Amino acid sequence: MEKFTTFQSRAIPLDIENIDTDQIIPARFLKATDREGFGDNLFRDWRYQKNGDLNTEFPLNDTSYIGSILVAGDNFGCGSSREHAAWAIADYGFKVVVSSFFADIFKGNALNNGILPVQVSPEFLKILFNHITNSPETIISVNLEHQTISIKGTDFSESFEIDPYKKTCLLNGYDDIDYLLSKKEDILAFEAKSEQIAL
Amino acid sequence: MKKTLFDKVWDAHVVDAIENGPQILYIDKHLIHEVTSPQAFNELKDRDIPIFRPKQIVATADHNTPTTNQHLPVQDTLSRHQLEQLSKNCADNGITLFELGHKYNGIVHVMAPELGITQPGMTIVCGDSHTSTHGAFGTIAFGIGTSQVAQVFASQCLLLTKPKSLRVSVNGKLKKGVLPKDVILYIISKLGTNAGTGYFCEYAGDVFENMSMEGRMTVCNMSIEMGARGGMIAPDQTTFDYVEGREMAPKGEEFEKKVAYWKTLPTDEGATFDKEYFFDAEDIEPMVTYGTNPGMGIKVSGNIPTLNDVSFEKSLKYMDFKKGESLVNKPINYVFIGSCTNSRIEDFRVAAEYIKGKQKAPNVTAWLVPGSKLVEAQIIEEGLKDIFIEAGFELRQPGCSACLAMNDDKIPQNEYCVSTSNRNFEGRQGQGARTILASPLVAAATAVEGKIIDITKHLN
Repeated sequence: MEKFTTFQSRAIPLDIENIDTDQIIPARFLKATDREGFGDNLFRDWRYQKNGDLNTEFPLNDTSYIGSILVAGDNFGCGSSREHAAWAIADYGFKVVVSSFFADIFKGNALNNGILPVQVSPEFLKILFNHITNSPETIISVNLEHQTISIKGTDFSESFEIDPYKKTCLLNGYDDIDYLLSKKEDILAFEAKSEQIAL
Repeated sequence: MKKTLFDKVWDAHVVDAIENGPQILYIDKHLIHEVTSPQAFNELKDRDIPIFRPKQIVATADHNTPTTNQHLPVQDTLSRHQLEQLSKNCADNGITLFELGHKYNGIVHVMAPELGITQPGMTIVCGDSHTSTHGAFGTIAFGIGTSQVAQVFASQCLLLTKPKSLRVSVNGKLKKGVLPKDVILYIISKLGTNAGTGYFCEYAGDVFENMSMEGRMTVCNMSIEMGARGGMIAPDQTTFDYVEGREMAPKGEEFEKKVAYWKTLPTDEGATFDKEYFFDAEDIEPMVTYGTNPGMGIKVSGNIPTLNDVSFEKSLKYMDFKKGESLVNKPINYVFIGSCTNSRIEDFRVAAEYIKGKQKAPNVTAWLVPGSKLVEAQIIEEGLKDIFIEAGFELRQPGCSACLAMNDDKIPQNEYCVSTSNRNFEGRQGQGARTILASPLVAAATAVEGKIIDITKHLN
């Protein structure tokens, strides 16, 4: 996994609440057996019209917005556990997703794929949406080490929470498998003990 | 210290804890299917890591399987490839697989309980959010992403931060025609779709104590729809009776030993929860949803709320419903009874009881999709198939089917489907399809009438 320390970019605003993983990547695109290529179908049914033409009103297709930060409405990533949603977001080129609330499984999937979910207050989210839509060239800056997100050239800044273990993983590019394999002796001891207590 | 059911099961599975970090939780059973496992198998292969405990993994093919002509090769190339990949991965790694056509094949959350794989006090994971279903047995069961599937393959463990605890109590007596599906749709409509985020939920009170195991599974199945990672119900005699004698359940003295342990699991009197909610059974009516998330539910005789909110209005626009509108008498052309929420034998019994002697409305396409080969066999054995066929319903073969429409079972653009599945998201049942979630009884009645009716008036 790539290391993540600080990041800054313009952002794409997606001011919709309760975006579920079926919208992020519809089920009909889950037939692949590898992790690549899902970005083409990210938000497929919102990005394209029914006849296959680009929906020019959708923010990802609005040429005034570019960048690797996705700013989304409350309760992002609810629904299915499909990690394909995180793969699609990463494959499209996003590094950071900002929302006022993330569904649990999505948050875990994002972190396991080097995407930083930044949970901000509803007030700060509103400020972000206002800035980005009024001035699409607004630069958002995220500092993982200090756990802050700010709007460049302004005083608007907020700190965000992240599990310290996950933070260490992202900062160093580690993943959970390496850690768990280093604990094999403990796992074997647990299995031996559990047999006796008849789990 | 007083402990909750969740605490007891969780604490018994903690291998180790990272200071200021997550805990290592041991996983008893890992269920896999074709959609969320191939990338995890590839990852282990690429990193040259063997599967640590293949005997604790059980696989099935369900999400991507056709529900007709299952004896023939799967026509969709990508689906066929994904299913073949699962078969190969299981064969290469010594993993038990109930593939398409196997007598135990079925939806992962239907077949595991009915085979006795699911038992109280266990930790169970699967790359599927509705793994919460197994919590009906007093099990910690939750959905995981594919990276976590790979972690469990490698170590039989997961790194997790212990969730907070939530209890939802429903006491009293349910009214006639109010099914477990209505109970959970009611709870979610009251609490919202993110009330449970960060929590594991225990369901307590008379309503759940008096509920069958199948009903409890329906309730726990939809815990994820209120944001919770899982839901649990304390194991009791109903649970033990359900598990006893099943194919893979412990037998004889071993079973008795387990029951003695399972009896220690219920939440201690006086244990505290981080959050609690209380509801009265008498307030619950048969439910339908009107929007594009499972929290947007009303009693079938009620009206769509009137709110000034962008997301709410977007949702109504997608559904082509109006604020304040009643759904009674709304014409419906599609009905789907199936999914890991409501494809068990009890669901088909409820539907058959209503349908018996009636005819499906001519405008309706009605799909009945059993959750497993065993449920399919029961439907035939109990004579329900004859009732369905005579009434004009289409009994298909087991699978996830039109719940997520990964196979050919898709609801056409702009059509409404009264569905017993768990999600009414935009396009969930097919591009542009509009889903109304309901119980098997409401779904059966809709198919017969060709429109939504106030079922409560028909029951008396």
